[in-house]
Amino acid sequence: MIDKLSQSLQFHQQALSLRQQRQEVIANNIANADTPNFKARDINFSAELQRATSSLSGATQPTKTHAGHLQLGATNSVTAQLQYRTPTQSRLDGNTVDMDIERTQFLDNSLRYQADIQFLDDRISGLRKAMQPEQ
Amino acid sequence: MATNFSILDIAGSALTAQSQRMNVSASNMANANSVAGPNGEPYKAKQVIFEQQLQNQGVGGVQVQQVVESEAPARREYQPGHPLADDQGYVTLPNVDPVAEMVNMISAARSYQANVEVLNTSKELLMRTLSIGRS
Repeated sequence: MIDKLSQSLQFHQQALSLRQQRQEVIANNIANADTPNFKARDINFSAELQRATSSLSGATQPTKTHAGHLQLGATNSVTAQLQYRTPTQSRLDGNTVDMDIERTQFLDNSLRYQADIQFLDDRISGLRKAMQPEQ
Repeated sequence: MATNFSILDIAGSALTAQSQRMNVSASNMANANSVAGPNGEPYKAKQVIFEQQLQNQGVGGVQVQQVVESEAPARREYQPGHPLADDQGYVTLPNVDPVAEMVNMISAARSYQANVEVLNTSKELLMRTLSIGRS
């Protein structure tokens, strides 16, 4: 029962975790906008989400035969691969942060983060409704 | 594990670094005409050098690595009546370039604002995250 509940929320959890990581990477880009030789980075979100969710629904879930066994595949954190952004204009100090791109991406990411939370909220209220006794 | 709160650290480190840059710029402008410092020499323009903080997989904010003195040649002005004039009547003035300092100041202020925006957005997202499932 409980694992079914957590399973239905797991996808949103992965998505939120990735969104938060991406937010961090972009915040780092903005923070280092004036650092010489800093290279802007980003996460390929769809690829990472696919990777995270495919490892999550993998059929190879080992069975626990001993109380001391650790649960595999239940790690909630996914670490995304960082990639370098292709610069559109080069700067003399070797920095590749384009403030316009970073800020729009930051805004985009935060909106999608909020959307994810909205979905999660709706999911929770749906589950809660299903658990209510008959009115 | 990285938490949502580390965005606050990242943006906060940028705020610290940028305000230090502004301090240095202000000091340069204030001393643009200081012909004598505590050591008897004219003031030398200073510059901050930014460096990326390395933490978990390269995401970690920014810091001021060091403050260096500008190697630009000092300005010399012909003022024979000045008490600090040399044998030929020239006074050595600081090597501060006020125009460059103004530009530096504007750039620092813009970067500071961008990071404040990051902080505000992150705070909004955090508050939203804390209210998951409360509806």
